[in-house]
Amino acid sequence: MFKRSVFVAAYLALSAGAAHAEFSGGVIKIGVLTDLSGTYSDISGQGSVIATQMAVEDFGAAKKGMKVEIISADHQNKGDVASSIARQWYDRDGVDAIVDLVTSSTALAVNQVAKEKNKVALVSGAASSDLTGKDCTPNTIHWAYDTWMLANGTGSAIVKTGGKTWYFITADYAFGHALERDTTAAVEKAGGKVLGSVRHPFPSSDFSSFLLQAQASKAQIIGLANAGADTTNAIKQGAEFGITRGGQNFAGLLVFITDVHALGLNTAQGLIVTTSFYWDLNDQTRAWSKRFFEKHKRMPTMVQAGVYSSVLHYLKAVEKLKADQDGAKVIAQMKAMPTDDPLFGKGRVRQDGRKIHPAYLVEVKKPAESKAPWDYYKIRTTIPADQAFRPEKEGGCPLVK
Amino acid sequence: MANAAPTLAAPAGAADAKLHRIAFAVMAVAVALAPFAFYPVFLMKAMCFALFACAFNLLLGFGGLLSFGHAMFFGGAGYFCAHAAKVWGLTPELAILAGAGAAALVGSVTGLLAIRRQGIYFAMITLALAQMIYFFAVQAQWFTGGEDGIQGVPRGKLFGLVDLSHMPAMYSVVAVIFLGGFLLIYRIIHSPFGQVLKAIREHEPRAVSLGYDTDYYKLLAFVLSATLAGVAGATKALVFQLASLTDVHWTMSGEVVLIALLGGVGTVFGPVVGALIIVTMQDYFSQLGAGVTIAQGVVFVICVLAFRRGIVGELSRVLKRSL
Amino acid sequence: MNAIFGIPTQALFGQLLIGLINGSFYALLSLGLAVIFGLLNIINFAHGALYMMGAFGAYFLLTKFGIGYWWALLISPLAVGLIGVAIERLMLARLYKLDPLYGLLLTFGLALIIQGLFHNEYGSSGMSYPVPQALQGAKDVGFMFLPIYRGWVIAVSLVVCFGVWFLIEKTKLGSYLRAATENPGLVQAFGVNVPRMITLTYGFGVALAALAGVMAAPIYQVNPLMGADLIIVVFAVVVIGGMGSIMGSIVTGFGLGVIEGLTKVFYPQASNTAIFIIMVIVLMFRPAGLFGQR
Repeated sequence: MFKRSVFVAAYLALSAGAAHAEFSGGVIKIGVLTDLSGTYSDISGQGSVIATQMAVEDFGAAKKGMKVEIISADHQNKGDVASSIARQWYDRDGVDAIVDLVTSSTALAVNQVAKEKNKVALVSGAASSDLTGKDCTPNTIHWAYDTWMLANGTGSAIVKTGGKTWYFITADYAFGHALERDTTAAVEKAGGKVLGSVRHPFPSSDFSSFLLQAQASKAQIIGLANAGADTTNAIKQGAEFGITRGGQNFAGLLVFITDVHALGLNTAQGLIVTTSFYWDLNDQTRAWSKRFFEKHKRMPTMVQAGVYSSVLHYLKAVEKLKADQDGAKVIAQMKAMPTDDPLFGKGRVRQDGRKIHPAYLVEVKKPAESKAPWDYYKIRTTIPADQAFRPEKEGGCPLVK
Repeated sequence: MANAAPTLAAPAGAADAKLHRIAFAVMAVAVALAPFAFYPVFLMKAMCFALFACAFNLLLGFGGLLSFGHAMFFGGAGYFCAHAAKVWGLTPELAILAGAGAAALVGSVTGLLAIRRQGIYFAMITLALAQMIYFFAVQAQWFTGGEDGIQGVPRGKLFGLVDLSHMPAMYSVVAVIFLGGFLLIYRIIHSPFGQVLKAIREHEPRAVSLGYDTDYYKLLAFVLSATLAGVAGATKALVFQLASLTDVHWTMSGEVVLIALLGGVGTVFGPVVGALIIVTMQDYFSQLGAGVTIAQGVVFVICVLAFRRGIVGELSRVLKRSL
Repeated sequence: MNAIFGIPTQALFGQLLIGLINGSFYALLSLGLAVIFGLLNIINFAHGALYMMGAFGAYFLLTKFGIGYWWALLISPLAVGLIGVAIERLMLARLYKLDPLYGLLLTFGLALIIQGLFHNEYGSSGMSYPVPQALQGAKDVGFMFLPIYRGWVIAVSLVVCFGVWFLIEKTKLGSYLRAATENPGLVQAFGVNVPRMITLTYGFGVALAALAGVMAAPIYQVNPLMGADLIIVVFAVVVIGGMGSIMGSIVTGFGLGVIEGLTKVFYPQASNTAIFIIMVIVLMFRPAGLFGQR
């Protein structure tokens, strides 16, 4: 401890004369805290680290004389591991901002730590809309998506296109329940009806029993309120049991492009999904995604895109402030500046910490329609930014007055 | 597992006792000085796991009972402690007591069911019971918060006076709990009760024939082990201000077996060494990126193939002293 | 009218059949575990990981060599069986004189390593393996729409289970095996190469796991973690059936599949836990499991 403070003092003395901004420890340090070895490593993981590096490059930190350092760690989807790494990073390793944070339990844990230490947490991986609701803090921004966006986008849009009756296959988990609850609300608001639901243990591998129950309900839409391997297994087995041939359709409430890739178009075709990013939206997203693909050999998911966008905006805010020590101040600056990046276009960050951008309701293409590898989605509807996310007042975030 | 450390069955002689006193003193000094060199949260985590492993070792190393469900006490107590501190607003010492009490209660019930079986069946029953607790933790979201866990648990003020949100205060509390728990386990092992326990481990029918009610001893050992594991879990919940499903999942039960095995089953200091190594390894590998699971697997394999007595066990063999 | 506990009879039949299909997987997997435990006294915690390798084997054969499902059914278990033989020779063989718990710990470590390596290489979302041409489609069996492939799974599983039971309980080779577990020294003295027999047995048990993996590949996503949570369920099946009992694990495998299937109708959240509740109850009243002997 003693040594460190001497070192810091010496460093400060040396750098005091420089005209540079006062970055803690002389560098802006960004920690990518993600799942590198578990179920969610494909949607975030190493790809998020690459996205962060690209953001730093594209920002041109080196040219601007800002020194940015990136470190990463594997939280193994465990809240306590995430919390302990976060503390260590903030306290000891001089990390200023932690990004990605896939899975809600880790994001909620780091959310608390960031507030306690007055640092920055930029969540892209986790889905829980509590992060901008009852658990919102002045130190966290929730970037790419959340349960409300998914539920609302998929729920109301599908009802509008004729899918009036629903049946849910829900992971028996807070996350699954939240998705089911929010989607039900959206479906009913749009005039649809929920016929029932079945809750399966997490994780499950065999869905045939639940699929039969869904089939028997005769609902037009079978909503999958789960994620990852659960969703892909349910869809794969649904094809086997002739769910789509029987006239029913799946709506995946949380499906990433990597899941579709894993399933193959043959199985996944016709699936309706809400996403906030797709690589083939416009020239800018295509160009960026192509670069990403060259490094990672996979197209970016919306989580990885969110990581890129959040890091870029963070660096802009730090540049403007010329300081990075006070996390709440940086976040306030990020909220004050409009966002603009090649992936999500122009947007903003709300007081409750919600990043606002459009969302897209997409349908997975038939194998014949797909012209190139990773050409998977056709856009059915664009949900404008002001409707894509939960209205600020309904979240119950104490920061919103 | 009973044959893990057959040489250690003898009661600690005077020379051993002296050695243990010295080792303990070294450990206590290390605990006191470590925060100046290492990151305190990391050390607190290591101490929680060390106490957990010591409690587990009490049952396995000295009672000969391999529990594959100790996560239920560790994680279960964490939930109770977190709930007590956050929802009921109890002070930290009472919250930890609440957690330990819950673990003791769960331990008594599961112990009654499990001690009637031996060996692999004992392990299986404890695993099955732990799975039920896990199921409860997933279901009872009003109590446990589901997979999000109980977040933002306040550390509160010890006895209503000392604010534990300050690192040194929290560290001292954890250190006292760890060292106290360790001493308690040491006392238990070397008490007449501990001797009977070892006798049962070595040869149960013989112990029965000597007139000991072995079921009673085993149950008591089980409950003690569960309670102390609970203390460790409750403390961890306060340190991280979080109680989550990770701590009740069956892989946590596997992890504590690994810690005990690596350090040395049936040794006094082994679990502490094992915990320190495993926690360091997790810390180190998680920063390196992927590979935590592979590294743990490799440690398992090497331990079983190359040094089954564990680090401290091998050391004590070389020194010809029990440690 | 046609309802039991408020569930239409038709639907119930469907669920029972599905339970039976899942039971086939449990039976195949627990069979391998039971063979290994019965003859080697090793609790093979790596079984789930080897099952995953079997599925990956089928995937590799298809994508790298263009070899289809039918050959994969043969080649993949053989390849994984060989890996099993190597594991047995290099590692497990050193543990026979020790408490079976060491075998459990070693194979647990192996499972972690195998899963970790596959994960590093292939990521987490897994790959899709198609249902073979000849078994595509579904058949209306009156009360439900049964995919042909699922029917095939039950058939294969029944045949394999019966075959293994016959091999071990009714043939001369089987009697050697059983004798070798009772008294290896004596059997060795009769001129049987006991260590080699044990090695081959482990390879065979492991190959059964891989076979289950190949069978599972067209149904589930082929994914590095596909066996991770399955293993403790299969484990419970073996314990309930009676460790080492071949018949016990077959009957329990199918039986628990059905019970789990019913749980999925009446209290789906608990379907993963039901097996453990049954395990506790069984062990309370029959310490050696349903078919075990002491």
